[in-house]
Amino acid sequence: MTETAGASQRKFAGPTGRSALVVLIVLALAAALPLGLSNYQVGLATEILIFGVLAMSIDILAGFAGRTSLGHGAIFGVSGYVVVYASAQAGLPPATAFLLGVLAATLVAVIFALLAVRTSGVYFLLLTLALGMIVWGICLRWTQVTGGENGMRGDVRPALLMAHRTFYWAVLAAVTAVSYAMWRFVRSPFGLTLLGIRDSESRMRSLGYNVPLHLFVGFAVSGFFAGIAGALYAMFNNFVSPSSVALAQSVEGVLMMIAGGVGTLFGGFVGAAAVIALENVVSAYTERWPMVLGLTFILIMIFAPEGIIGTLRALLTRQARQSPISTKGH
Amino acid sequence: MSIFQLLNGLTFAALLFVVASGFTLIFGLLRIVNLAHGALYLLGGYIGFAVATRTGSFVLGGLGAMAAVAAIGFVLDQGLLRFVRGNDLRQVLLTLGFAFVLNDLALVIWGGDSFTVPIPQMLKGGMRVFGVFYPTYRLFVLISGIVIFAGLWALLNHTRLGALIRAGVDDAEMVEASGVNIRRVFLVTFLLGSALAGLGGLMGGAFLSLYPSADAEILVFSLAIVIIGGRGSLVGVGVGSLLVGLLNTLGQVMFPELAYFVIFGPMALLLAFRPLGLFGRAATT
Repeated sequence: MTETAGASQRKFAGPTGRSALVVLIVLALAAALPLGLSNYQVGLATEILIFGVLAMSIDILAGFAGRTSLGHGAIFGVSGYVVVYASAQAGLPPATAFLLGVLAATLVAVIFALLAVRTSGVYFLLLTLALGMIVWGICLRWTQVTGGENGMRGDVRPALLMAHRTFYWAVLAAVTAVSYAMWRFVRSPFGLTLLGIRDSESRMRSLGYNVPLHLFVGFAVSGFFAGIAGALYAMFNNFVSPSSVALAQSVEGVLMMIAGGVGTLFGGFVGAAAVIALENVVSAYTERWPMVLGLTFILIMIFAPEGIIGTLRALLTRQARQSPISTKGH
Repeated sequence: MSIFQLLNGLTFAALLFVVASGFTLIFGLLRIVNLAHGALYLLGGYIGFAVATRTGSFVLGGLGAMAAVAAIGFVLDQGLLRFVRGNDLRQVLLTLGFAFVLNDLALVIWGGDSFTVPIPQMLKGGMRVFGVFYPTYRLFVLISGIVIFAGLWALLNHTRLGALIRAGVDDAEMVEASGVNIRRVFLVTFLLGSALAGLGGLMGGAFLSLYPSADAEILVFSLAIVIIGGRGSLVGVGVGSLLVGLLNTLGQVMFPELAYFVIFGPMALLLAFRPLGLFGRAATT
């Protein structure tokens, strides 16, 4: 435990002058980005930011608690459904709709968590997958409320944020705040406990930690962040359909998280950028995106399970001899 | 619940059993959660449909579906999964990627329309059972399910291969250490499990019809059954299939739009008390 905590503290060294500078430069670049881009490209950049948050929320569980969830797409999508329903059907103001969406997603995550915290490894994956697909089934069949296969359309975005660039900046601000919160979360004593659970559940239990409770809270927090991403996405798209809660959504999120590097947190943005860029390039030539997504998944699992960044780093620093766990996130 | 609905539940359970037994066999022995199982079911249905309509024979359709899907299973196991052996998480995610590829491939070949596998003349129409008039084909599915259960039971409990599979579920390393080529047992099991998915596709394709998202639906049911029944237990799959099949039918009668939700209840209850399922045992490794 002390070793883990020590390593983690080094890993998450406080915001020293240098890293603060890097963050500021990245933020400045991100803020300046839309000035040189077309509306379409600004849209893509917005998507990358939003999906980066989804990938990070999955990483909170996968990278820091050792539980890979295949149900986060459903949590993300539920938030979107509630946002669109609340504003388009119930006529609530956008801010209220947003809050309700995040609340609903957190509730779904709480239910998922109650069931899933006692499982680990493949069982956790199976269970979150099954739960996510139940949500998908409901969204597909409960036509009166969800619009069934056609989904729901509604102008969710507040009038103030209608322009592509303004919306991008608003999302950037929100995403920055959310990313900071997530970063604080994983490096808090609570987050370190999750890391301890990831590395040795039995040791943490014998040290007196309430493992299920920690996982439960971790899952709920992760779901809360996925819900924020979902609500932002609903505002971005002004549309939800069963495909926003489908398995493919969870799978894309997990792929982004893995591509960015499990346990790197901010790698989520890199992964999101890589996957969204790939999706756009592929979509320009063919309609077979699901096939490319599947192939990418297979290839990454075979050749680069630690993610693109992790693999590159391992190659560069020749850490191949070390166990996969210890190369994570260094 | 009327007799008619009860029969609906039972016949659906029989179909689920055929599909989920393959799923749990593979999960139990190889520790592979094959998330491509739903896609194998769908492909089996499409291929069975193609063979059955061309040859006019339902039996040939079934054989074709089983052979083709077993071949796809062979590619998955020997061509891809061999690279990630021993890593549960990577295996699962790899099969998921494979499922996406298969599903999209099916969409390219058969398009988005729904197909219904033609029912052989002999099984058309209905017959009177327990005082209700009921489609003969669905009764055939029910009986097939029971026959397959009996067949698998005999295979697992009264053959050498079955003994090896059961021993492998408990402790694969020990079986290997005693001089058995466990890899071959694994492969046979994988092919058998895949073939069962293909057969299920043909059987289901004749009364549930085949369409692009059918694979996901059948996969959820299979997952629920394995979660309820436990890993690698034939009786577990049987009980799980009955529970899920009956509950789903009950759900469709009582809350048509939320039927999916009804299988969630027992799953939740079970996980609270028996995280490994009704008949599941902790892995020895």
